Amino acid sequence: MNTQWETVIGLEIHAQLATKSKIFSGASTAYGAEPNTQACAVDLGLPGVLPVLNEEAVRMAVIFGMAIEAHIAPYSVFARKNYFYPDLPKGYQISQMELPIVGVGHLDIDVDGVVKRIGITRAHLEEDAGKSLHGNFHGLTGIDLNRAGTPLLEIVSEPEMSSAKEAVAYMRKMHELVRYLGICDGNMQEGSFRCDANVSVRPKGQKEFGTRAEIKNINSFKFVEKAINHEIERQIEVIENGGAVVQETRLYDSVKDETRSMRSKEEANDYRYFPDPDLLPVLIDEDFKAQIKAQLPELPQAKKQRFKDDYALDEENATLLTSSRPLADYFETVVKESGCEAKMCANWMTGDLLAALNKADLEITDSPVGHERLAGLLKRISDDTISGKIAKQVFEELWQSTATADEIIEAKGLKQITDTGAIEAIIDKIIADNQDQVEQYRSGKDKVFGFFVGQVMKEMQGKANPGEVNKMLKEKLK
Amino acid sequence: MHNKTIAELAKGLRSGEFSSVELTTAFLDRIKQHSSLNSYITVTEDLALQEAEAADLRLAKGDAELLTGIPIAQKDIFCTEGVKTTCGSKILDNFIAPYNATVVNKFNNAGAVMLGKLNMDEFAMGSSNETSYYGAVKNPWDINTVPGGSSGGTAVAVAARLTVCATGTDTGGSIRQPAALCGITGLKPTYGRVSRYGMIAYASSLDQGGPMTRSAEDAAIMLQTMAGFDEKDSTSVDLPVPDYRAGLSKKLEGLTIGLPKEFFGEGLNSDVAATLEAAINEYRKLGAKVTEISMPTLKLAIPAYYVIAPAECSANLSRFDGVRFGYRCENPADLADLYTRSRGEGFGKEVKRRILMGTYALSAGYYDAYYIKAQKIRRLISEDFKRALSEVDVIMGPVTPSTAFGIGEKIGNPIEMYLSDIYTIAINLAGVPAMSVPAGFAGGMPVGLQIIGNYFAEDRLLNIAHQYQQVTDWHQQMPKGFE
Repeated sequence: MNTQWETVIGLEIHAQLATKSKIFSGASTAYGAEPNTQACAVDLGLPGVLPVLNEEAVRMAVIFGMAIEAHIAPYSVFARKNYFYPDLPKGYQISQMELPIVGVGHLDIDVDGVVKRIGITRAHLEEDAGKSLHGNFHGLTGIDLNRAGTPLLEIVSEPEMSSAKEAVAYMRKMHELVRYLGICDGNMQEGSFRCDANVSVRPKGQKEFGTRAEIKNINSFKFVEKAINHEIERQIEVIENGGAVVQETRLYDSVKDETRSMRSKEEANDYRYFPDPDLLPVLIDEDFKAQIKAQLPELPQAKKQRFKDDYALDEENATLLTSSRPLADYFETVVKESGCEAKMCANWMTGDLLAALNKADLEITDSPVGHERLAGLLKRISDDTISGKIAKQVFEELWQSTATADEIIEAKGLKQITDTGAIEAIIDKIIADNQDQVEQYRSGKDKVFGFFVGQVMKEMQGKANPGEVNKMLKEKLK
Repeated sequence: MHNKTIAELAKGLRSGEFSSVELTTAFLDRIKQHSSLNSYITVTEDLALQEAEAADLRLAKGDAELLTGIPIAQKDIFCTEGVKTTCGSKILDNFIAPYNATVVNKFNNAGAVMLGKLNMDEFAMGSSNETSYYGAVKNPWDINTVPGGSSGGTAVAVAARLTVCATGTDTGGSIRQPAALCGITGLKPTYGRVSRYGMIAYASSLDQGGPMTRSAEDAAIMLQTMAGFDEKDSTSVDLPVPDYRAGLSKKLEGLTIGLPKEFFGEGLNSDVAATLEAAINEYRKLGAKVTEISMPTLKLAIPAYYVIAPAECSANLSRFDGVRFGYRCENPADLADLYTRSRGEGFGKEVKRRILMGTYALSAGYYDAYYIKAQKIRRLISEDFKRALSEVDVIMGPVTPSTAFGIGEKIGNPIEMYLSDIYTIAINLAGVPAMSVPAGFAGGMPVGLQIIGNYFAEDRLLNIAHQYQQVTDWHQQMPKGFE
């Protein structure tokens, strides 16, 4: 990128709230049902129907507001955003305009080890629209209103990010947070978490913002980065070629890796917002806030610090293990159940377990090896029943079967041999058979020591206690 | 039979004087006989007879309620499951509602027998019932005059005894004005007293359903069934519903009545004024104290209303887009064409006028000057009512500036038409309850007295109206030819 330009990015994230029913009706929000089977009279916008606010959605918005240390509005108002579209049944979307439920807050992001605080302007509740289906409908467009009325929390950031990398870090952090809070499942393929990016460029040092373009509906971290970088390049190119950036809405095409114009400001709608007379203002008192505060889960930042302090984890492991609540819970359970050193538990999780999960493309919640069985394995390492190396073999078995570590060790005869007599006999044999290496070792080639350890272990099929083997070998080779 | 009140009919049904089927049949016959009044859009004859049979069974079993077996009709703004619900509009001419409005459910549960759906101004926008896609309704007192609107079909059906009682809705006077012009009793309850669920919205913050009957006692019986909190309507109010009939007999000694001087000035027809004066004198005789009061904000009501109501309607009517239900134009070329022609062909003139006014008022750059300002005025009007009603028990005044005007007389002049609601609109903006009570005749045409009370004082209004009806018989007068 040309160094004389700087970028200004603000994100609007739409997080679908994990309520069971819709924000203004009793219809289910479950994903993937047959078209229009989860759209009731209210969702269809039939004549005469009225919206009734789902209190759970309000609760979730307040939880979010508290997590970003935002002002929670004691009085917020739903407004109608008017526009015609076939997937918008009432011809208006119920949203919040002047008085959103969540006010100014912030989120700290970490880019290359530097922490940056990103301001959050507001977060408001609104209903999602349905979707148009362009399938085989005899030349007509189909409309599926299952999604209509699904609760969304629109989280608007300040234009305070200056690179695609920061934008991605912010989006990831937000993704982690909403999942932590249990208010959004974060499923990006299903559209539960998506964002619009407002991007502009300006000459370095200039105070005024450049004209921005809004890239709509980006639903993956990878696409956010690509779309923003692409848009930055496009805008710089336009300006450097003597043109001007047009304020407009653009769409990111992930196949062609480009953004293209959807509509310009001139064609933009006048949404004619006004307070929805069908809904009462949302009043949030101190009691309600105190109630929610008491139920607020430990937030990622605090949890990470605690993992470092209480479990003596390094930055990397602490970050990794607190990246999701189920993962952190799994870790703490394993530590508790195994009674093992936390660091060893962490290494096993971030090493073997996460590698296996990644390979199988599974989340921790779907792990074939539950915390009980992993704890069972770690217990046997720390009490010297098996060596670390054998443990890896046992882990493979845990992954493939439903047996416990003890059952596997028993069935496969993997118990570590600590019988010094048996080990001694093997060592004597190895020394006798490898006189050349004995000479080398004794003449100062310490490296050969590893050869002896390897031979002994091989002979004993890895089951010898490595500590014992080391000790005895050293003695015998003196 | 058709001349009896609800209480009398309930007695007759229980004594075996007549069955609900007989009663229903009698009304269905009258509806056919007087179909030229055009008060019904849909007559649900088969359904009514089925319901009447069921009611007779209930009566026989002894688990009947007061309304069981009593014929009633619904303004065609209330959704009725399986029955065409048009809202007086071409755009809903093919709309069979798949669910019942809460009010309809309540009458069904009470065992009332629905005779059909009543004519109305299109989407309740009008003061003469001339904006209906189904044609004008004729006032039985003079078939060349309008019945008022928007609940014109209801007022005529009740006045001409084509039902015992019926529902209306009132956004700016749509219960009271036709009740006055047709000589019946109409009550617009406090905003939030009756559920709006299933009542097709015109202006959501003003719309309120209510009873239209011949007597205050019947209105009390109807309201008893209609009123109450509904979890499907967030704007309905969760307050206990009093026993409205129990309060009717209370004497009026010591009642204080305020007469706003703004209600009796220029614009009020002198014969109407004289009739009202006589009615107020009756109240003096009943022991009430009458004082003149001033409500300076009343004159602001019409301009504020014609910003707020159209603004809300411009959004409320967006769902009629030809996509999911209702009228769709033939062979739309594209989406824009589908929208423009479906709405252009489906809506009538007055509806389009109000959608345009409302869209304009909400537009960027105009919102503060119109919508926000109108809301401020609305608050001032509410405060004016609160203040006045802390000084007097009730406010009385005219319902309409004149008696019923001629069909075609005002339809070409919207401003003049809008002025026919000059005495009723402020009440909706404030949200207080108000009634129209038959108070006599001017030039042979009915005159209504408006009684306005404090929030949720419907019981008091009904009591005040009932006491008047004990000493007058205006509410029992029948238009000639409909006896």
